[in-house]
Amino acid sequence: MGTTLTTRPARTRAQQPRHERRVVARHWNWLGGVSGWLWLVIVVVPIYWIVITSFKTQSNYYATNPLVPPGEPTLASYRMVIESDFVQYFVNSLIVTIGAVVPAVTVSFMAAFAIVRGGSGRFLRSVNSLFLMGLAIPLQATVIPIYLIIIRLHLYDTLLAMILPSIAFAIPLSVLVLSNFIRDVPKELFESMRLDGATEWGTLWRLAFPLSRPAVVTVTIYNALTIWNNFLLPLILTQSPDKRTLPLALWSFQGQYSINVPAVLASVVLTTLPILTLYVVGRRQLLSGLMAGFGK
Amino acid sequence: MTALPTSHGRGAPQAGTRGARNGSLAWLTVPALLFFVGFGVVPLIGVLALSFTTWDGIGDIRFSGFDSWRAVLTDPGLPHALWVTFLIMALSWLVQTPASILLGVFLAGAQRYRALLSVLYFIPLLLSSAAIAITYKALLDPNFGLGAGLKIGLLTQDWLGRPVLAVSVVVFVVSWQFIPFHSLIYQGGVRQIPRSMYEAAELDGAGRIRKFFSITLPQLKYTMITSSTLVVVGSLTFFDLIFVLTAGGPGDATRVLALDMYKRGFQANLMGPASAIALILVFVGLALSLLLRRLGGGKSDTSQLEGA
Repeated sequence: MGTTLTTRPARTRAQQPRHERRVVARHWNWLGGVSGWLWLVIVVVPIYWIVITSFKTQSNYYATNPLVPPGEPTLASYRMVIESDFVQYFVNSLIVTIGAVVPAVTVSFMAAFAIVRGGSGRFLRSVNSLFLMGLAIPLQATVIPIYLIIIRLHLYDTLLAMILPSIAFAIPLSVLVLSNFIRDVPKELFESMRLDGATEWGTLWRLAFPLSRPAVVTVTIYNALTIWNNFLLPLILTQSPDKRTLPLALWSFQGQYSINVPAVLASVVLTTLPILTLYVVGRRQLLSGLMAGFGK
Repeated sequence: MTALPTSHGRGAPQAGTRGARNGSLAWLTVPALLFFVGFGVVPLIGVLALSFTTWDGIGDIRFSGFDSWRAVLTDPGLPHALWVTFLIMALSWLVQTPASILLGVFLAGAQRYRALLSVLYFIPLLLSSAAIAITYKALLDPNFGLGAGLKIGLLTQDWLGRPVLAVSVVVFVVSWQFIPFHSLIYQGGVRQIPRSMYEAAELDGAGRIRKFFSITLPQLKYTMITSSTLVVVGSLTFFDLIFVLTAGGPGDATRVLALDMYKRGFQANLMGPASAIALILVFVGLALSLLLRRLGGGKSDTSQLEGA
């Protein structure tokens, strides 16, 4: 894994226009270099501390230097976390994330396709503006009415209560990113599909969707990350422990075992592992997608 | 500086694309609209409506005119929450922007190890705010934290127990979490600066500092506006991080608007005043993003602001 991590991005870089290479590298940018490495230390030290501490025993933790790895690593903290219903919270998080991301990306893709292909119509133009405005609505500001709606729908304290608002708030950015990508599909391809007698519905799934895979992956990972890490919705929309998702479970776990630092940190590691895996798999697409998306 | 490769209006649909038969496509947007209207637009209208009511979160909702607004606007807690919000916003902008530009320019270089660096930098962004807050709470604990373990007096402060320190910790943790994201944005911006501009400057004998201030920085203007908008508007919504890290304390030292709203609504069961604060949150966010767009040259080009 170590080698793929280092070589993969380098290969993409090499394909890009080579011009900055000379500009930036001609003189050693010492200020950038120093801050680059300094920032690496600032980022890595806490993460290193989390990982090594999670393998210590509680008594060992107080006795040893916090930055020295444990002499005899132990999985005791992990066992303790897993025995505290971790699996249940994990499954809840998984259901909420998949249950929200799949519909969110699907409906966003359909909307993005319609906006690009039929963008001159007045209705579709207003839909597009509505979604653009939606980017400015913070989730925090709407939680009280969401809470009210969820109660009235008798969905309070269910997983679906977290799924529905998560879908809604994933849509604006997804539509924006996907429609920007679909717009770059050459018009001739759509035209030839049409001449072959394909319906718009067929063109959507057989042409636009496969061609937009990079954007779909970016949007999927980004939404999964946001929803997996959401804390506010489970906080206000659930009350029973068996409906908790991981971030909320982390918080209550920390309240319960705050003295047991290794156990708390083991729970942090376990919560992050799935998203880290996703990152390793989709990293290239996510980073370049975000860079292209915002770096204009 | 007329050559701005960064501004092309992609946010808006291309006018006049393809023929009239596209009217039949509108239904494809219906599912997305249903979700978005039901759980985005309706709640936004709902929060306005609820700010004119009295509701404890369980019982009946009663119309009560401007009572909630009067209660919120006369409460000294509001100016305080606004002040704390702006303080944290301003400080995190001051820390994040220069650092992200510096790192972004550095990462835009092509050496392999820089690519590895950006992979590592990105890790904090994968952790949930709750996880980050819990980690730092443990890390900074005056009795059991890193400082105590290393026996370094300087690090063994009551970090979250004193107002000034608590605000600084919040700003630091926010920067720790988001600088990687913003440096990625700047990295993308730097990549788009045409090489020819640097060549011309070199012919004129410009040094690298001169080039940075005369080419790189002005060319990053739109990137800077995008990134600053995200910093400023994003900092209005730091809820989970502060909720877990300090719960607004010590005292009310880190009680930002979003937290104030939550505490009034879901802890004190005053949903009316909490809705009023939620609306203030929306207005402040809109005002700030419009202001930033003005600063960016007053063009009504939404695609810049909206980023992607």
